[in-house]
Amino acid sequence: MVSIPESTAAPAKERSSLAEVIFDEDMCKGCELCITVCPTMVLKLDTSRVNARGYNPAIVYNLMLCSGCGACAKICPDSVITVRR
Amino acid sequence: MARKLMKGNEAIAAAAVNAGCRYFFGYPITPQNEIMEYLMKELPKVGGSCTQAESEVAAINMVYGAAGAGARVMTSSSSPGISLMQEGISYIAGAELPCVVVDIMRAGPGLGGVQPSQADYFQATKGGGHGDYRLVVLAPSTLQEAVDLTELAFDIADRYRNPVMVLADGMIGQLMEPVEINAHTPAEDLKPKDWATTGTAASGGRKRIINSLYLHPDELELHIRALYEKYAQVERSEVRYELQACEDADIVIVAYGTTARIAKSAIEKCRRMGLRMGLLRPVTLYPYPFEAFEKVMERAKAFLVVEMSMGQMIEDVKIAVAGRRPISFFGRTGGIVPTAEEIAKHAQAALERGAP
Amino acid sequence: MKVVYRKSPGLTDVPMHYCPGCAHGIIHKLVAESLVELDVLGRTIAVAPVGCAVFCYEYFNCDAQEAAHGRAPAVATGIKRVHPDSIVFTYQGDGDLASIGMAEIVHAAMRGENITVIFVNNATYGMTGGQMAPTTLVGQQTTTSPLGRSLVGQGAPLRVSEMLATIEAASYVARVAVSTVARLAVAKRAIKKALKMQVDNKGFSLVEVLSTCPINWGMPPVQAMRWVEQTMIPVFPLGVFKDIDGGT
Repeated sequence: MVSIPESTAAPAKERSSLAEVIFDEDMCKGCELCITVCPTMVLKLDTSRVNARGYNPAIVYNLMLCSGCGACAKICPDSVITVRR
Repeated sequence: MARKLMKGNEAIAAAAVNAGCRYFFGYPITPQNEIMEYLMKELPKVGGSCTQAESEVAAINMVYGAAGAGARVMTSSSSPGISLMQEGISYIAGAELPCVVVDIMRAGPGLGGVQPSQADYFQATKGGGHGDYRLVVLAPSTLQEAVDLTELAFDIADRYRNPVMVLADGMIGQLMEPVEINAHTPAEDLKPKDWATTGTAASGGRKRIINSLYLHPDELELHIRALYEKYAQVERSEVRYELQACEDADIVIVAYGTTARIAKSAIEKCRRMGLRMGLLRPVTLYPYPFEAFEKVMERAKAFLVVEMSMGQMIEDVKIAVAGRRPISFFGRTGGIVPTAEEIAKHAQAALERGAP
Repeated sequence: MKVVYRKSPGLTDVPMHYCPGCAHGIIHKLVAESLVELDVLGRTIAVAPVGCAVFCYEYFNCDAQEAAHGRAPAVATGIKRVHPDSIVFTYQGDGDLASIGMAEIVHAAMRGENITVIFVNNATYGMTGGQMAPTTLVGQQTTTSPLGRSLVGQGAPLRVSEMLATIEAASYVARVAVSTVARLAVAKRAIKKALKMQVDNKGFSLVEVLSTCPINWGMPPVQAMRWVEQTMIPVFPLGVFKDIDGGT
């Protein structure tokens, strides 16, 4: 079952001791490029829901392994991701 | 400036510089090459630049870029090259950019010939690019008028943010006559070009886009209607024409450019023969001087349209006359220039045919 | 915490209309970042193509002119004459640059115009629905090569960078890709170098960027990037083909 949420006002923010990753979720088009370039495989597509544009957004599901390398942010065509370390 | 003997093409080029044109982009084609050759030498002297492009297609797009960047810019060509420029002219009109396009007409269709012609009237006034737009068209008859109208063209272009054509022919381009190019007085009503792309730093922050694409039809319709409000203003304010000897004319010749000049000699011949001939000479072909016809309608018995073509302006004459008087046509084409004798003969025949 | 990556101020907030995973978005970022890092955004004038990137003037945070199909190098030439101190770049696809615009790009390079050209090569005509491009591979299926591009009658793909590198007045010509993060970094360096050439008045610079078209190639974005790696790069080798600073 896919639920269509209301447009989220605040972007999804994840923080570990090493890195902070912010997804401007409603800009995500679910292209999965970020997922394939992540060296520690902390990203996945959230197939349980769609964002305001109708795509399954990419999310961080295992932040503890995130090294804050920023590869995901660099490859994202829509500048969805902000990374701080 | 004192009177100086100049070739028509050079006079037009000199007039452009005088009017503040600082950028020219063109491609060689007979019979107008002297325009670019003159500007190649003269524009750098006034801090401008002249660029020979790889084709007329490239040239008109360079004009678009320079016009969009806020400059007074010109190109010139002749019939086949003007055909190549049509997409660019449509873009320039759609993006509301000012520029001057000089067309030194030669015989067509196709490669045609290099002798003078007026067979591009349709192309100039009824198109020739795609879409809903109009091109302001100025048609000089003498070299002095070519100078004056070229300077005027830049003002009209800036005033309405629209391309303006100076429509001449190979005769005007190649003739040598004395012309006077006086100090140019800039038109007072021209607004600053606060829409031009200069870089956001130079313009104070807000970005500027030069564009003719409006994918939403309701937006595009609004845009086109706004263009046509401009054209309505052009039609109210920019009509120019000349009437000669029409006050008592039985037959009125309608002609423009070189043909009109020859028709003036024909008036003298006819008057000596007792034939009362007059001339209605449109100077603006768009906006067409329909009002001029009202001034001569009561007195005139017939019209004779004379063109160096198979008959193109005659369609606008038919609209103007609206069936009220007989209209005859005399044309030479393929590069042939009619003589005053021919025009006089046809005027006589037209009057005999049309007189009640 | 230091910022590792955030959206470039060289881009506007307008959501990009490109298909999911299309490399246009990536290439836009590289250009925008370079303009900001070179501190020239305020005097940049972009020239948009006809193609998927026809709306790129909505995404770059600078003045822009929309050009007719293929004519961007001519429009750029006109702009540069009037504002010689501006930074003018064109952004063109394979139809725009290598088909209808072939004369314009060759002659802009011939004249050594001090502009920068970003040439996005994805071996197809994206916006119009996937027709054959001059850069389509032999055997590649498109809507106008339904049996695969035939060497006989339709020819073989043009290698634009190699061709333009033979032009004497061209100053910097490079081909890059954005199909991996490593290639991304190389691409960014090339684009920034090309723009820096213009800043330093060193003449004509062009960067050809191998790009994807997931929808018209009929594959998901991740697979499309792999297709660039495995199938396009062997036909369009990456590298610097001309560099008057000696960096080939």
